[in-house]
This record gives sequence, C-alpha cells and structure tokens, in this order.
Amino acid sequence: MVKAKINGITVNVPEGTTILEAAEKVQIKIPTLCKHPDLPPTASCGICIVKLVGSNKMLRACCTPIEENMDIITHDPEIVEVRRTVIELILSKHPNECLTCGRNGNCELQKLAEEFGIRTSAFQQFLPDIPPDTSTGTIVLEPRKCISCGRCVTVCQQNQNVWALCFMDRGFGTRISPAGDGVSLSESPCVKCGQCSAHCPTGAIFENDDTAKVWKALQDKDTYCAVQIAPAVRVAIGEAFGYKPGANLTKKIYAALRRMGFNAVFDTNFGADVTIVEEASEFVQRFTETPEKLPLITSCCPSWVDFMEKFHPDMKENFSSCKSPHAIVGVLAKTFFAKKRRIDPANMFVLSVMPCTSKKYEITRSDEMYSSGYQDVDVSITTRELARMIKQAGININDISEEEPDHVLGEYSGAATIFGVTGGVMEAALRTAYDYITGGKLKNVEFENVRGIEGVKEGAIPVNGFTVKVAVAHGLSNVEYVLNKVKEAKRAGKELPYHFIEVMACPGGCIGGGGQPYGITDEIRKKRGEGLYDEDHNCKLRYSHENPFVKKLYEEFLDKPLSEQSHHLLHTTYVKRPEYQK
Amino acid sequence: MEQNTTATGDVSFLVEKWRDKKGSLIMILHEIQNHYGFVPRDISLQLSKLLDVPLARIYEVITFYNYFKLDPPGKYTISVCLGTACYLKGAPEIVDEIKNLLNIEEGQTTEDGLFHLDVVRCLGCCGLAPVMMINGQIYGKVKRSEVVDILSRYKKED
Ligand code: SF4
Ligand code: SF4
Ligand code: SF4
Ligand code: FES
Repeated sequence: MVKAKINGITVNVPEGTTILEAAEKVQIKIPTLCKHPDLPPTASCGICIVKLVGSNKMLRACCTPIEENMDIITHDPEIVEVRRTVIELILSKHPNECLTCGRNGNCELQKLAEEFGIRTSAFQQFLPDIPPDTSTGTIVLEPRKCISCGRCVTVCQQNQNVWALCFMDRGFGTRISPAGDGVSLSESPCVKCGQCSAHCPTGAIFENDDTAKVWKALQDKDTYCAVQIAPAVRVAIGEAFGYKPGANLTKKIYAALRRMGFNAVFDTNFGADVTIVEEASEFVQRFTETPEKLPLITSCCPSWVDFMEKFHPDMKENFSSCKSPHAIVGVLAKTFFAKKRRIDPANMFVLSVMPCTSKKYEITRSDEMYSSGYQDVDVSITTRELARMIKQAGININDISEEEPDHVLGEYSGAATIFGVTGGVMEAALRTAYDYITGGKLKNVEFENVRGIEGVKEGAIPVNGFTVKVAVAHGLSNVEYVLNKVKEAKRAGKELPYHFIEVMACPGGCIGGGGQPYGITDEIRKKRGEGLYDEDHNCKLRYSHENPFVKKLYEEFLDKPLSEQSHHLLHTTYVKRPEYQK
Repeated sequence: MEQNTTATGDVSFLVEKWRDKKGSLIMILHEIQNHYGFVPRDISLQLSKLLDVPLARIYEVITFYNYFKLDPPGKYTISVCLGTACYLKGAPEIVDEIKNLLNIEEGQTTEDGLFHLDVVRCLGCCGLAPVMMINGQIYGKVKRSEVVDILSRYKKED
C-alpha cells in the first residue's frame, strides 16, 4: 500500500494506483480528456496535470503512479489556468460546429469548454481540411474534429486487433486514417464494430444517422411499418433518459414505438429464440453426425463474421450458417407475418433497433439478406438514434405506461434475452442442445462459468457421458487465443479443445455495443448484463424451443429446424474477403 | 491523385536479411526507399504479410519519418528556396505560381509524374534570391511571370 496526500487529504491505495484513481477515491475529480477508463493512458492531452507541494513540475495524473508521501495539489488557480490553456489550444484546431455535430450534448470536449467557461477564442483558429469518410455507411469519420487523443487507434488496434485505424503523419498534419493515402474505411479491414465511435470523446467518429429514412417511412400512409428491438437495447437506452444502467425498459419502448406510428412492434428476442433452435440443431447434427465440422462457431455478430471473412477465412466451414436474430425477424415479418395478415411485403418497412453500428452493414451484406424477395430489414438504427427519435417525438418515456409486443414475432424466452451479453448465446444454445441430445432437462440452467467479463471464458458440460467443451470470447483481440488452440489441435491431429465457440466483437457483448449510449465502463457493462440476467431469471420460459410462438412458426410455416424452408429463409453463406481493397 | 504507386518486386530476401534483428522494419523500409525512391503500396502489403505486421503499423512508420515517401518522385524535382532572403524577395509568390500552374501542393508530384515540388530552406546562393532549382539547374532572380516559361522548357523536352 502507498500512503500519500491529495489536497491535504490522506489516501491509502495499492501500489501502482495512478494519481487520477487515487483522487477519485477521495471524491476529487481531476479533469481528463484523452484518458478512457477502458484503455491504457496515451497521455497526449495534458489536461489532467497536477502539482506537488514545493515543486513547480507538473505531473500528468492519468499516467503517473502515486508514490509514498507524495503531497499532491490537484486544483489551484495556476493549475486551472494551465488547464484552460490546454483547452484553448485544442479549440484553436477544432471547428466551432457544436450545433450541427453528431456529439452535440454529449461531447467530452464541449463539456470541458462549458465547465471552464470558455467564452472567447484565445488563439487564432487554424482548421485542418480533411473530408469526412462515410464509405462504410455504419460509422462516419470526421477527422477535422479529431483532437488526436488516440483512443480510437488504441481500441481498434489493441482491443479489437483490426488495425483499420492509425495515425498518419506527425506534428500538425497528424490525422486518423486507414493505412494509405486515399484509402477509405470501407476499403480497409474495418469490421464496423463502432468501438472507435463509442470511445471517441468528440464528434470525430459517430454513427451514420439513418433516422430520416425511418421518419419518412412512418409518414407514408401506404407503408406498413414494423419494428423490432435487440436484447441489449432495453437495458441501456434508459441511460439517455436518466435511468441507471441496466434498467429494463422493454415495455416502455414498445409503447413509445407504437406512439411513433409503428403498425407492428416486434422483438428481436423472438428471432433469437429461432436462431437458437436452428443453431442448437446445427450443433447436435455436427456433434452426432459430422464431428469433423466441429467446433461450431456462433455467427450472430456481423463484425465477428466480417473479421473471420477477412482474417480467418479458413474457419468459414465452422461458422453456424444461421442468420442473426434481427435478420430472422426481418425475413419472417415479410413472409410468415405478411402472409398471415395479408399484407403485401412490397409495402412493408422493417426497422431494427440495435446496440450496434455493424448491423447497418449486415442488412445488405449478401444476397441472403433479401430472401423474402425484398430487403428483409430496411433500416437498422442504433440505441443512440432511437433515444434521439423518442425525444424528437416528444414522448415522455419516464411516465409512459408499459405495453405488450405484437404477435406473432414478439414473445420470447429468457434464453433469448441473454443474447445481448457475452456468454448468453452459448448459454441459450446449450439449454436447448442439451434437451435435444439427452431428451432431458438440465438441473441448473444458469451456466456461471460462461458469464462475466473476462476476455476468454471456458467451460465443460457433461452430456450423455460425453464432455462438451465450450469457449466464449468477446473483444476481438481475445479471439486469436481461442482459434489458435483449435488450429493447433487440428494440425497435430489432437482432440479438439472446444466443440462450441461463441464470439462477440464488442467487449461485454452487445450490451457494450458500438451504438449504445456513451460513457461505457466495465461497471456499466456489468449493470447492463445484470439487467438481462435478471429478466431471464424471472422468465417462466427459459428454453428457446419451448416458446409457443416458435413452435407455431415451425408447425405452420417452416416445418422443422434445418428444413429446406428454414435453410432458404434463415441461413446464409460466407466468403473470403480481402483485408484491403486498395 | 491517380498515380502509378505500384511496383513489382519480391522483398522476401530483405525480410530474410533483417529477420530477428532489432528495428528491422525501419531498416527494410530504408532499403526499399533507396531502391525505388519511394515505398510502393504493393511492397508494403507484401511486407505486412511476410513480417506479420499490420499494414497500419507500416504506414505509421512510413508517414512518421520525412525520409520515406509514398509517391514516386517526379521526373523533374523543383526545389524552391524559402530561406529568409528568398522569402523576402518574393519566393512565396513563386511557390504559389508553381502550385497554380501544376495543380499540386508542396511535397506532391503532378499526375503525369513529370514534376515534383519541394520547398527547401537554403540552396546556398542567397545573392540570387529568389532561387529555384530544377534537377540541379539553378534559376536565380526568378520573377513570377517567368515561371510558366521555365516550366514549359521541361515540358517540351519531355
Ligand atoms: S468500427 Fe471497429 S474496426 Fe472499424 S475502425 Fe472502428 S474500431 Fe476499428
Ligand atoms: S477520432 Fe476521436 S478517439 Fe480518435 S484520436 Fe481523434 S478524438 Fe481521439
Ligand atoms: S457484439 Fe453485438 S453490438 Fe458488437 S458488433 Fe457484434 S452484434 Fe454488434
Ligand atoms: S487525461 Fe491525462 S494526459 Fe490526457
């Protein structure tokens, strides 16, 4: 333990604690800008400087470990003046475009300027002239608003291991960019996970806003508008309205969507139940008939799919061919539901509300995304976009009464709702697969060892005298470890280390998705995850295949899991893609 | 700027030569720069695979050091001095004029690959200010109106 003083208050903290963290322990908030709690410090901005008593040297609190007997001052007129200058210098290279910015109202730089009462420009402005990059249709890069904090680069390179972004040039000309002059993000290895946008403090990276398309569809009297919300949305959107992380707003969101004018309010969780039935069937089939096609790897995260197609195309055959839940609800809305209700699918508009920027890409990623004969999901928006729409519509979500979803694509099991958190897909699939293989029920449906926020989780489940070995990875940098083990075992002709692997691109799974409300930390990930586990725990229905509406779907429309009709509508294919197109 | 930034060539021997040595990426890039006069994209892509280093890392290095260039050098390199003497005698106007005529910025090469524009500190002949130099040939006391004439000589020659 280290004992020191901060503003005269004694602190006792473990060795290695930074001055910033130690100050938080005694309720002192040192301002930060480049430092993000998820990431190691880049120490590039200088706003977090503090002084030692009797010394003129300034230390950066975010990256300096506190030492025994340090006597630290975090706030005095001189320090505040230096911090103000830091902000003014940043602003001299940053456009004053807050009113039209994607981050208006939740920008960390804007907030600092507000707190420090910046009223005039102290330095002459000099703005870099770099055009925005809208090429992916998922996130937008606006390098003019970049303050070179380095968070996105660290996230993309270290946490996601994608290396789509880097700093090009140095000094005044430094800019974030994919590798190469004139190479756009869509021509780079970017997997569209949006983690860069979730970590950027400013409006230099933000989601591509598709809300105008949604309003337009809602305006059109001849269009039948259907909507679905993903599991992770319900436990995060509240943060935009003053709720605590993890507060479950499912039925309030249904009500709000209905008021916005949607004709049918569905739930992606229904699609998750169908995904599980198909994927568990796939697993059972491979497990019992074609073990050479193991391990089975989950495919419901489009960024993970994109990553595999670019970096591990040799694993194509191991991927579940099953579509992701929102794609399934999309295609079923325009086929099964449309037929039942006698609606012409040509006049249907299906929106999906996702925690995810990548789903914007997924809805047109391959021919199979049009298997209803139309684009199955017309538009996908993020949690952040829906929060804005609810505000624009003037709906008081805090006081609105709860409502139920619409049949037949609305009811769901607890297994579906945990899809939104790392380990959830695995857990849901195991519940059903166990039943399929053994014909019996699991004693305990909660798999503790695939829960939690460690990057890689492993587990073993005895099934009929055989041990099913599973692995769960989230955050793409954790994938390599798992895949290497599989590849090595295959090369050496050894027993497989895993039979079933779940991967989610975003740390924490979709609850930590790139389209979720800003300010993500592990603490918030945990709370959102608990929100979903609580819902599952309180559900009467814990098994996807026991969802009565899923049963009905198969009886009336699909026949049985992996049937020809299922394959036609609910499955997809994968191709090898180049890392760089230029 | 559409340019021929590709070049073929096998750099695996370079990778072998520098394998397991410290700072090998920079050394390899040096050899490539010296050989081609720039670091061609195809070669960088090849290098990325051979060294198992992300392309983004390679570009971070290339663009960090002024020594490395991403574009092939022009056939004629125009250097305009912006040292104090030349500056005062109107060199910025000369630079502007060249930029206008050739439609390039400093450090860039024209689309046809003919001219490359650099600004330099001092060419060692301040008495002739403002000075520009094209492939070693010095032009002194240059007037803005003369620039178009000087450049056209090289265009004709080509
Ligand atoms: S979306 Fe993901 S992969 Fe693409 S640049 Fe951002 S962090 Fe990197
Ligand atoms: S784009 Fe955002 S996260 Fe990336 S360096 Fe610039 S300000 Fe930081
Ligand atoms: S983990 Fe979820 S939110 Fe993140 S990219 Fe994958 S599907 Fe989207
Ligand atoms: S927050 Fe410490 S240097 Fe930026």
